[in-house]
Amino acid sequence: MLLPYSWLKEYVNVSLPAEELKEKLFSCGFEVEELTYLGKDVEGVYTGKIVKCEKHPDADRLTVCGVDCGEKGAKQIVTAATNVFEGAIVPVALDGATVKHEGGVQKIKTGKLRGVVSEGMFCSGEELGINDDFYEGAEVNGILILDKDTPLGLDIRPIVGIDDYIFDIAVTANRPDCQSIFGLAREVAAVCKLPLKTPETAYGCAKTEVNVSVEVKEPKLCPRYIGHFVKDVKIGKSPRLMRRRLALMGLRSVNNIVDITNYVLLEIGQPMHAFDRRFLRGDKIVVRCAEEGEKIVTLDEKEFSLHPENLLICDGERPVALAGIMGGLNSEIKDDTYEVFFEAASFARDSVRKTSRSLGQRSDSSARFEKGVDPLYTPELGMARALHLVEELGCGAPTDRGADVLGVSSEQKVICTSYAAIDKVLGIHVPKEEVNGILERLFFEIGERGEEFSATVPLWRDDVDGYPDLAEEVIRMYGYDHITPTFLENATVTHGGRTPAQEQERKAKRTLEKEGFFEACNYSFYSPKDFDLLRLPENAPERRAVKILNPIGEDLSVMRTILIPSMLQNVVRNVRRGNYEGRLFELANVYLCEELPLKTLPEERKHLVFGLWGEGDFFDLKGAIEALAEAFDVRLNFVKGERPFLHPGVTAVVKMGEKEVGFLGELHPEIANGLALEKKVYLGELDYAAISKRFAKEISYHNLPKFESVRRDLAVVVEERVTCAEVQECILRACKAVKKAELFDVYRGKQLGQEKKSMAFRLTFEPDEKAEKGLSPEAVDGFFNKIVGNLKHNLNAELR
Amino acid sequence: MDDFDLLQEATQEAEAAEDSRALYEVKMKFLGRTGKVTALLKGMKEIAQESRPAFGKKVNALREALEEKFASLEEKIKQRELEKKLAGENIDVTMPGRHTKQGALHPVTRVKDRLIDLFSGMGFEVFEGPEIESEYYNFTALNTPADHPARDMQDTFYLTEEFLLRTQTSAGQIRVMEQKKPPIKILSPGRVFRSDDDATHSPMFHQMEGLVVDKHITLCDLQGMLDEFAKKMFSETSKTRLRPSYFPFTEPSVEVDVSCAACGGKGCSLCKGTGWIEVLGAGMVNRRVLENCGVDPDEYSGFAFGMGIERIAMLKYGINNIKLLTENDTRFLEQFKD
Repeated sequence: MLLPYSWLKEYVNVSLPAEELKEKLFSCGFEVEELTYLGKDVEGVYTGKIVKCEKHPDADRLTVCGVDCGEKGAKQIVTAATNVFEGAIVPVALDGATVKHEGGVQKIKTGKLRGVVSEGMFCSGEELGINDDFYEGAEVNGILILDKDTPLGLDIRPIVGIDDYIFDIAVTANRPDCQSIFGLAREVAAVCKLPLKTPETAYGCAKTEVNVSVEVKEPKLCPRYIGHFVKDVKIGKSPRLMRRRLALMGLRSVNNIVDITNYVLLEIGQPMHAFDRRFLRGDKIVVRCAEEGEKIVTLDEKEFSLHPENLLICDGERPVALAGIMGGLNSEIKDDTYEVFFEAASFARDSVRKTSRSLGQRSDSSARFEKGVDPLYTPELGMARALHLVEELGCGAPTDRGADVLGVSSEQKVICTSYAAIDKVLGIHVPKEEVNGILERLFFEIGERGEEFSATVPLWRDDVDGYPDLAEEVIRMYGYDHITPTFLENATVTHGGRTPAQEQERKAKRTLEKEGFFEACNYSFYSPKDFDLLRLPENAPERRAVKILNPIGEDLSVMRTILIPSMLQNVVRNVRRGNYEGRLFELANVYLCEELPLKTLPEERKHLVFGLWGEGDFFDLKGAIEALAEAFDVRLNFVKGERPFLHPGVTAVVKMGEKEVGFLGELHPEIANGLALEKKVYLGELDYAAISKRFAKEISYHNLPKFESVRRDLAVVVEERVTCAEVQECILRACKAVKKAELFDVYRGKQLGQEKKSMAFRLTFEPDEKAEKGLSPEAVDGFFNKIVGNLKHNLNAELR
Repeated sequence: MDDFDLLQEATQEAEAAEDSRALYEVKMKFLGRTGKVTALLKGMKEIAQESRPAFGKKVNALREALEEKFASLEEKIKQRELEKKLAGENIDVTMPGRHTKQGALHPVTRVKDRLIDLFSGMGFEVFEGPEIESEYYNFTALNTPADHPARDMQDTFYLTEEFLLRTQTSAGQIRVMEQKKPPIKILSPGRVFRSDDDATHSPMFHQMEGLVVDKHITLCDLQGMLDEFAKKMFSETSKTRLRPSYFPFTEPSVEVDVSCAACGGKGCSLCKGTGWIEVLGAGMVNRRVLENCGVDPDEYSGFAFGMGIERIAMLKYGINNIKLLTENDTRFLEQFKD
C-alpha cells in the first residue's frame, strides 16, 4: 500500500522526519519496503521569470533568454525550446543542478552553446518527473510554464508537488483495514500518540422523486449494499489536489465522478462504483448470481460468459456490473451523465477472488475486496465521503434517496478477558494503564472491572477475536523490546534427537561422501518429456506420474517417479560447464500412485540416485553401492539386466534376496550421443526405502577363531561367457572350509585362445569352528583339488 | 713361500674386490678347500717334524687374521651394496598419494544437520511429514480457511482440488499434535513448494519448523530459545529482535531478525545498513490451531517458528544466488567439504 506523507498529514499532524516515521511503522508491524522522496533527482531547480528573449547570433533554433531568478540572481539561459516567451515563469536548473533524464539523472553545468554562455537550463515537466495531474501544462511539448503569480527564486519541488515522500508499506493479510490512507493514519496516530482527524463526511440532501430500489438475493456474498442517488451531476475535471493525489498513487485522472470513486477507494479503502442512472432500467438494483452462460461486457469492452458462482449487480432487466470487480459498459459514466447512482458495498472476499481468477479480470476494486472489506463500517464511511466530495467539488447534488441493505448482524464484538491473560501470553507484566491506553488509542472501548476487562472491538477490525489478539495489539504498541528472553523456565524436560531412520539416512549420505560423491538437490518435479528421453515404453509405471494442475511451466509439471532424469540433467550441465569428471548422488522422494487423478495421498518413497562421469567406470559405481550395502549390513546381488536408457551390455539389476531394489549401468550410447556427451556416463538408482529397512544393527562379539586361516591363489581359464559370480559360487559350494573367494585378476591373451579368459582368485580357508587343530597343508591341498575338479566339471574351467 | 707375503697378497686382493661375489672368490682362493692357506696346512707333512708346531701356529694365526679381514670387508661391502640398492629405490615423494577423493554433502543438508543437532540438544525430536499434503493439513487446520486471504500469501501448487504440494512445513505441526499429547517439542524439516520462480525464489526449497507445546509457554520463552539458536548458528554475540507480523496459525506473530554477523550490527551491504537480517517467522500457536488438534488451549500454550534452510545456508556461507543450490555444479558443491 502506497502512503504519500502529504496525504497522511491531512489526518494526523505528524511532523517526524520520514525515516523516523518509517521506524515507527516498522515497530508496530508495518514494514516500509521502500521510502521514496519524489524530488530526489531534482536538485537546484528554481523558479525564474524570462525577462528577455533574443535570437542566438549563430544558431537559428536557439534562443538566448535573460532570466530573473529572484534571490538567485539574474541568469542567462540558452534554450532550444519554442514555447518560451518574455514574461513566462519557468523552472530553471542552475549550475550544479540535477534533473531527471531518460530514466536517470542529468547534471546541469554552466557552459557555452555555439559560443554563448548558458548558466543552466529550463526544465520540462518530464525533467521534473511530473505529468499534467501534478501540474497543468507538465505534458506540453517544451518547457513547463508555471502560473503567472508564482514567486521567483523558489525551490521548484513544493510548487509542482514533488516535495513529498511515498511510503510503500507491506500490509499483512490480517489487516485489510489498513489498505487505505485513513486506515494507516489510524495506526500512525496510535503509535505516535497523536489525535486522529476524521474525514469530512457532511453533505446536503436535495429533494428528488426518483427512487432506486435495491434487492440483495445473496446476502452471504453481499453482506452490505449501500446505494445513493445524486442528481444535477456536471461531469468535468477534478481539482488539482485530487488529481495530484491520484497521480501520487499511480492513477490517471478520468473525470470528477470517476475520480471521486477512486479517491474514496484509496483514502477510505471502500471500492465505489458509479452508475449512470439513465441506463439503470426500472430504477432497480438486484444483486444476484449469474445464470449459466449469461453475458456481460465490462467497462474495458471485454465480454465475459458467466457461471452461477459469479455475482452480478443487475438493474431491472440485465447485468450492469460484475460485483466488486468492474462496472458494465452499458451503464458507464459518460461526458453527458447528469444523474449518478453510487454503490458502496461489501462483497465476500472469496467470491470476488474466485470470479476474478476464473474470468481473468482484475481491478483495484477486486484487489481490495479480495483482501476483505468489513460490512459495518467502511461502506458507510466510504459512501458519506463520496457524497461529501461530490458536494465539495460542486459536481452534483446528493439527494435524500438511498438504499442500505445489511445482511449480517450489526452487533459489535466484545472480548472479555483479564490483564493476567495478556501477561500470560507475553510472559511479562504490562501495567493496566498501558494496556488500556494502547487499546483505546486503537479505538477499542475498554470496560474495566478490577483485574478483568472487556474490550469492544472496532467495527473495522475483523481480525481481532480473542485475548491473544489483544495481547498482540498491546505488545506491538508497547514494544517488543520489552520482552525479556527466558529459556522454557516452566516447561517439562524432553529428550530430543533423530529417529533411527533419520540416523541411517545420515549414515548413507556420509558413506557416499567418503566414496567421493557430492550430494545434489533437484526439484521434485520435471518434464513429462523426460520419460521420452529415457525411452520408457508407453505403459511404463514411471509414466504414471502425479501432475501439477498449475505448474510454472510444462518442464516442471510432473512429480518425479524416478530420479534418473534429474541426475542426467545434472551430469549434462556439469559436462557442458567443463567439469570433466564427477560423482553425484541425491536422496529424495519419488511419488507413486495407484490411480490418477489422486484419490488418496500418493506414496512418498525415498530413492537414491547416482551419476558418475569422466573418471571411473561401472565398477566404481558398483563399489559405492557395495560400500552402502556394507554400511547398512545388507546383502545386495548384482545380476545382468536391462533398462531402455542403459547400455544393453553394461547394465545390472540390484537385488536384495529375490526383490529388485535398483539398477545401475552405462547411459545408452545413443542417448549420450543425443546429449553430446563424449565420455561415458554411469547412472544408478536404488529403492532406498527397501534397502534401509534394517535399522541400528545390534553389535555382539563372537570368539576369535582358534586357528589361523590359510590363503591360496587359484587361476583358472574359462570361456568368456562364464561370469565371476558363477566361478565364485562354484568355489564356495565345493567345500565348507573355503570362506572367501576374491577375484584379483582377469587376463585375456592369445595363448589362452579365442573367447577365453583367465580369472585369478584368492581363496581363504578356515578350519571348522569346533576343530581341534588347524588346517594341514595336505588338507588344504585336498580342498583345492576338489575345487579344481568342480570347476572343471561345472564350468569347464582349466587350472592355469 | 713367506706367509707374510700371503697375508699381504690376500689383503690386497680382498680389498680390491668390488662386490661380495668377488670377495667370496678371493676368500675361496686363500681359505677355500683348495685355497692357498689351506694348501699351506696340507703341505705341513712335508715339513720337518720339529718345525711343525711352530709352522702350524703361524698358519693358523694367518688364517685367523685373514678370516677377520674377510669378515670386516664383507660387512663393509654388504653395507655398500645395501646403500647402492636403496639408492636405486629412490621415489619421487611429490607424486600424488592414492585415496578416494572425498565428496561433500549439500550445503542445505549441512545446515539442516546443524540445526537438528542444535535443537536436539534442547530436547526437540525430528518429525518428517509428507510433501504432498491435503488442503486440510496445509491450510484449514492451520486456521487458514478457504476464503482466507492468507492463502494468497503463498502461491500453491495444486494436484487436485484436495491435494497440493505443501507450502510450509507447518503442516507437520498438526500431524504431530494429532498423534502426541503435550509436552511436545518437535522439529520438522523438509521440502516445501511455492509457484514462484525468479531471481530470488525457487519453486522448491527447504524449511525447518519448530513447535513447542506445554504448560506456561510464553513469548519470552520463544525469544529465549531463538537467542540460543542465533548464538549457536551465527555467532556468540548474535542477538535477536522480534517485530510484529502475521501468520494465520500464530497469535501474536512475529518476524525474527538476527543481528548481522557480517558487521556485528553496525550496518553493512549484507544487512542493507540496518544491522539486522530477517531470518525466520514465529509466534505463539493460535488457540484455534490447538483446538483443531484436540489440545486444550486453556491448559496448554506453545510457540512455533519456521525458517528457510536455504536462507540460513546463504547467510552462513555467503552464497549470493539461490539458483546455485539446485544447479548441482560440482565446482560449487566441492566448496562444502568437511
